[in-house]
Amino acid sequence: MTFKKSMTLASAAVLSLAVASAASAESLTVVSWGGAYTKSQVEAYHKPWTKKTGASVVSEDYNGGIAEIKAQVEAGNVTWDVVDVELSDAVRACDEGLAEEIDPAILPAAPDGTPAMSDFIEGSVTDCAIPSIVWSTIYAYDSSVMSNGPKTISDFFDTAKFPGKRGMRKSPKANLEMALAADGVAPGDIYDVLSTDAGVDRAFAKLDTIKDDVIWWEAGAQPPQLLADGEVVMTTAYNGRIFNAVASEDKPFEIVWDAQVYDLDLFIIPKGTKNKQLALDFIAFSTDTQRLADQASYISYGPARKSSAPLVGSFHSKPSLAMGPQMPTAPNNFKTAIQNDFEWWADNQDEMNERFNAWLAN
Amino acid sequence: MSDTRILAADGTPLKKKLAQSMFRTKLRAFGLVCPLLALIISAFVLPILFMLTAAVYDDSYSSLMPESTAAMQEWDGESPITEAMAAAMVSDLIRARENKDIGKVANRVNREYSGATSLFKSTSRSAKKFEPPYLEALRDKDKDWNDLELWQAIKIASDTYTLGYIANAVDMRAKATGGFEPQDELRQIHITLFIRTIEISFIVTVACLLLGYPVAYLMANLPLRTSNLLLILVLMPFWTSLLVRTTAWIAMLQGQGVMNDLFVAFGVASDEDRFSLIYNKTGTLIAMTHIMLPFMIMPLYSVMKTISPAYVRAAKSMGATNWTAFWKVYFPQSVPGIGAGSLLVFILAIGYYITPALVGGQDGQMISNIIDFHMRKSLNWNLAAALGLVLLVFVLFFFWIYDRVVGIDNMKLG
Repeated sequence: MTFKKSMTLASAAVLSLAVASAASAESLTVVSWGGAYTKSQVEAYHKPWTKKTGASVVSEDYNGGIAEIKAQVEAGNVTWDVVDVELSDAVRACDEGLAEEIDPAILPAAPDGTPAMSDFIEGSVTDCAIPSIVWSTIYAYDSSVMSNGPKTISDFFDTAKFPGKRGMRKSPKANLEMALAADGVAPGDIYDVLSTDAGVDRAFAKLDTIKDDVIWWEAGAQPPQLLADGEVVMTTAYNGRIFNAVASEDKPFEIVWDAQVYDLDLFIIPKGTKNKQLALDFIAFSTDTQRLADQASYISYGPARKSSAPLVGSFHSKPSLAMGPQMPTAPNNFKTAIQNDFEWWADNQDEMNERFNAWLAN
Repeated sequence: MSDTRILAADGTPLKKKLAQSMFRTKLRAFGLVCPLLALIISAFVLPILFMLTAAVYDDSYSSLMPESTAAMQEWDGESPITEAMAAAMVSDLIRARENKDIGKVANRVNREYSGATSLFKSTSRSAKKFEPPYLEALRDKDKDWNDLELWQAIKIASDTYTLGYIANAVDMRAKATGGFEPQDELRQIHITLFIRTIEISFIVTVACLLLGYPVAYLMANLPLRTSNLLLILVLMPFWTSLLVRTTAWIAMLQGQGVMNDLFVAFGVASDEDRFSLIYNKTGTLIAMTHIMLPFMIMPLYSVMKTISPAYVRAAKSMGATNWTAFWKVYFPQSVPGIGAGSLLVFILAIGYYITPALVGGQDGQMISNIIDFHMRKSLNWNLAAALGLVLLVFVLFFFWIYDRVVGIDNMKLG
């Protein structure tokens, strides 16, 4: 055998080996919000799923929104297989044809036999998206700085009583709702008031009262950092991020649950992914009763299935810390909760975003 | 003279022979730059042109709602709605729903008319059951169909070739009856941001020049060993990631940061009332000046390096003071470097985006941050393209001014 021939054979062997290993090691790219939240998903969903199926999960972070999905779908080069999105974005992605439809029949029933559709929170399973958690925008403060801290949403807007900078998400979402709640609108009436021009003016007028004291954040990991650095005395945040800073890093942060704005996170599959079957399997597995309950022991976001609630235990590294009372849906936290109205936002987000940006810049 | 042309060895006229050999050299040179040219055209010029067409071209309504688009083009934008327009609308709504395109259509109209998303979706769900007269049917379904403004918004959305986005980019908006009007005052933002962008870029350029000129002068005139050390110090930031440098400024400038701690220690500020140096325009200016500084120093340095010290010595030997020798002799020779550095810094600054996004807070944002917002958050890529187009026009305008005032031939990058 000549040298050249043996080389050809060898390289052919290597090549076929590479092809074989690529085929056996299936992998799924799951995109989520990063930080403590992604970590909870890795522990509760990714690892057990890899164990069960042998397929690996590549975890990527993003900052929300569906622009990347749109870019991938329109370019015909979809590299994300499963994406964790907010409800309004899930509906929008479905509307714009950017997400695969998901047949709810793939979802397993609850352990007691309740069909999946009645086990998930009413109306939360949509054409293209399967919900996993209930999360909430709350505000928090550092109790080592303010021993007699704020109690209500009005206190957040009261710079005379509680001087200092505030952190807020750079988006009209949740901020308009909280501003109206602080101005005395009942939780159930928020979107009725916002549906009038006078109501929107009223919300912006309330935001105006603290505009000069606000530091705006964009990524979920920023507000705990701003609090820890002493940059702000209180900040709106996603409740799980504050919980994580308290539970894992022993930060002296307190959550104020008054006028929390709660929302869902859901899994969608970008249209045209090559791993659709695998993605469907991942979603069905991750949103079953046990997995959702498991996730709740890593971060304080409420499971989207009713049957998961009794299974929620304590924090994974602190058995003394029961997770139940930390959830947005715990009765004590839920009294004045506002549900994010995704239909209202779908109709008004263009106008509200423009107005909010203009308000910020001027 | 004319018939005694100089001939080459093989008898062909020398001129022709020369042209032949020059052509071969040129061909070879072209062959060498060909890969780069292809890369630039395919990865830079074409995508930009493609993106810019989105500023004036939008078929998201017209391609999915053809009948309604045709009806809208015939309508003058103010006379009462006719049954034909309503019938075309209903027929398109039914088809769009069947093809699952209704979301795209609804979101397009929603940009012009808040509430259109749910209106279009709910109407399309029941459109199949509608019976003539369709205008009545639409109005029975939802009273918003009575609103002339809704139909005007649809007419605007149905324009495939439109100046509407460019109008939006300069705080105007298209009218259904033709022409443009100022955007609602509460939604005006772009002009403010364009002015602020130019203002910030200008201040950063001047600050870089004031800080960079002495450094470049030192580098060009100190002994080689010292100047090399300086050069490394100037280039060091280049080797550090932009994000790291920007976040380092956050640690330096924030309320509980290094600078403020020093100010408090020296009694410049009280502990309760620290300076706001970051998350505002000040933060953007400081961080951007630092990041742009090497782009000013390097062109200055390369020009100053070529200025012979003999000129200044000659001026001094003829009685000029230090200042006169510098101002009359040295400075004019460094102007090409100033021009190159300033133009480079200004044009880089005008499209800058990461630093203002991280440290700009609310009043330190620039136009590129809004372009980013429309690319990533609102998904209004047409408006993003229109804003980019306006920004490009601005840059070309400043380039033209520069050419008129300083002359582009006078620029020297090295």
